[in-house]
Amino acid sequence: MSIVLVFLALLMGAVVWWLVKQTINVQPWVAHPATDSVRDEGIRSPITSKPLSNIKIGLGVFLAVATSLFALFISAYSIRMEYPDWRPITEPALLWTNTAILVLSSVFLQWGWVGAKRGNLQTVWLGVGIGGAFSIAFIFGQWTAWEQLASAGFFAIGNPAIGFFYVLTGAHALHLIGGLVALSRTVSRLWRRQDMESIKVGVELCAVYWHYLLVVWLILFGLLLTT
Amino acid sequence: MSETTAHDAVDFAPPAEVGEMELYHAKTWIGKYVWSQDAKVIAIQYGITAIAIGLVALVLSVIMRLQLGFPNTFSFIDPSNYIQFVTMHGMIMVVYLLTALFLGGFGNYLIPLMVGARDMVFPYLNMISYWVYLAAVLILVASFFVPGGATGAGWTLYPPQAITEGTPGSDGGIILMLLSLGVFIIGFTMGGLNYVVTVLQARTRGMSLMRMPLTVWGIFVATILALLAFPALLVSAIMMLLDKLIGTSFFMPAMVSLGEQTAYDGGSPILFQHLFWFFGHPEVYIVALPAFGIVSDLLSTHARKAIFGYRMMVWAIVAIGGLSFIVWAHHMYVSGMNPYFGFFFATTTLIIAVPTALKVYNWVLTLWRGNIRLNVPMLFAIGFVFTFINGGLTGLFLGNVTVDLPLSDTYFVIAHFHMVMAVSPVLVIFGAIYHWYPKITGRMYDDGLAKVHFWLTFLGTYAIYYPMHYLGLEGIPRRYFAYGDTAFMSESSQDLNAAITIAAIVVALAQLFFIYNMIVSYFRGKKADPNPWEATTLEWQTADNPPKHGNFGPELPAVYRWAYDFGVPGAADDYIPQNVPPKDVKKA
Repeated sequence: MSIVLVFLALLMGAVVWWLVKQTINVQPWVAHPATDSVRDEGIRSPITSKPLSNIKIGLGVFLAVATSLFALFISAYSIRMEYPDWRPITEPALLWTNTAILVLSSVFLQWGWVGAKRGNLQTVWLGVGIGGAFSIAFIFGQWTAWEQLASAGFFAIGNPAIGFFYVLTGAHALHLIGGLVALSRTVSRLWRRQDMESIKVGVELCAVYWHYLLVVWLILFGLLLTT
Repeated sequence: MSETTAHDAVDFAPPAEVGEMELYHAKTWIGKYVWSQDAKVIAIQYGITAIAIGLVALVLSVIMRLQLGFPNTFSFIDPSNYIQFVTMHGMIMVVYLLTALFLGGFGNYLIPLMVGARDMVFPYLNMISYWVYLAAVLILVASFFVPGGATGAGWTLYPPQAITEGTPGSDGGIILMLLSLGVFIIGFTMGGLNYVVTVLQARTRGMSLMRMPLTVWGIFVATILALLAFPALLVSAIMMLLDKLIGTSFFMPAMVSLGEQTAYDGGSPILFQHLFWFFGHPEVYIVALPAFGIVSDLLSTHARKAIFGYRMMVWAIVAIGGLSFIVWAHHMYVSGMNPYFGFFFATTTLIIAVPTALKVYNWVLTLWRGNIRLNVPMLFAIGFVFTFINGGLTGLFLGNVTVDLPLSDTYFVIAHFHMVMAVSPVLVIFGAIYHWYPKITGRMYDDGLAKVHFWLTFLGTYAIYYPMHYLGLEGIPRRYFAYGDTAFMSESSQDLNAAITIAAIVVALAQLFFIYNMIVSYFRGKKADPNPWEATTLEWQTADNPPKHGNFGPELPAVYRWAYDFGVPGAADDYIPQNVPPKDVKKA
């Protein structure tokens, strides 16, 4: 459980630090007119230090929940690994290709985001379209890897290493599919030529989520390779 | 300190900086009251669903008590369905009633109103959250009706017995239970995102974090805990489902079942226990923290006194929340852990008692020399403080490894956790419902019936759980269908069991007063004053009673003070609402 505890300690540390900053030396019992708006003490972007929108904070909270989920899976994995019946497996080489595809999809979404910031619709279309296509390719790639494992006689589900392989890759793929649903909403906004601001927010959130899932995948892949 | 005091006259207030949110206005009756995006309607939907399923769990507990009090009397209870009732009672009460009611019910109703927001920040997601919760409840109920019935694994669902043949409900029952939990967690995450982001982002002008009522603090921190802890339950539910359905061996060890070697190999039941309690212990505080917050506000309002040590109360809530993640293994002392592990977890368990005790002292000090009004919500709040101290003290016994070992799995444990996390939060729920009933319905409840309800419930629960400590010290194990002639059990223990059962039936029937009161008062109750308790928080200052969609009038209220300005020196009234500017305070 140490992995999930490290994650929680970091998260709690950040929350407590922020709370202490907000609450220390405050004298709540003193009445005075509200000179500070909530915006002044709300959460700000660490880069631009501007107040963040609700939806971005919503995504941030969701990423914390997802991180908790993956950290717990990884914790369970590392605990289960120590039992004597653990038999390591050889991961399909296809995973390397899939990793490259996921990196590309992340890169293209980033490109789309940059396009949205500059108001260049064509770049947005290209970024979102190619990024989305690569993501779908990644999911098919993962599916193929599953089948390769199964046909190599590795569907011996009793082996916990196999079980974890399916669970970890499956959980990651499900998160990516959820992301694709969100991405399709952005595409429909693009299609209907809605205002640039809402498109920009949509692409930005998707790009951030894709980068997050890329990092998660790199960690999971590294874990699967080394154990 | 600066010269600004609680009643100085400063009349400058800057313009509102919280942007107005666009509300979705439903046009049809169904849009307003069924597929509603209004947090208040969603709150009531959550509340009614949770209480309805909670009543099912109450009936299950009465059936269990009938068997224990009068064994061999009721032919419709057999050992299998007895343990099924035990399991479903526990799971429903902890997850589907308490968690859903505190966070989905009170969270939805109170967060936007108390922080001065029009609604939750993601109303559509909020609506979906309720319907997913309802689906989870229906899946759970369905498990009663599948072949083999509901699961009888105990609410902790420990493998291997949870999914091994021979345990009641080891086929359809456990599968539906795990599915239902998964669905519940998805629904809760949608709601939880709303509660957290609303508190962070949608507070009205002047509602700084340190001016939020403690109710909001409790619900806020509990939601953060739930968002981080429920994934542990999800992970264990997914992995156990795979063990059951496709035969993986995450948790299932190599074993012989019904004389045959199973296909499972080398899985770890202890791994499940770690994951389960990594969720399970924070779960205790997911239920307790909102109760702590609400009770602080009830005590302060009805004692006409500022809460004692507001800042410490806030930090204690945060500290308890953080610590709740490093005590989980105190539920596993008997699992054969390394003694140093046990020492560590016993220590953290005792440390968590420090901020908790601090809160109890502060509640008592809030009452100290207060102008106490023994309204029904106050009775329940004071009842909570008593019960929580009782339940908390036995927690100190069970938190110590050497004391826990002999008491483990006895009625002492039942008595402890029912006092501390069943009766205590339920008393707060009743107190809170009575407190906010005039706001939710616009009518007053019947005071007499409510008092009868309080005394029967409060004294009745003591009659149920006090004797159980004694049974536990005698070593009587829990979850047993019948004891027969067991040598170490004293003869009087059966009499005690019968008495407990009678008390349990009385308490269960007493809830009819509550339900009758709620329903009849809704139609025939006296019209309520908009602020009958003379409370300071924003939900009592709305333009309409009950508040309409959008909560406040054309302009959001501005906040000038904390929620605890009771008995301010120099002011004419004994309370000053949060939205009264210093220059408008009537001087004595």
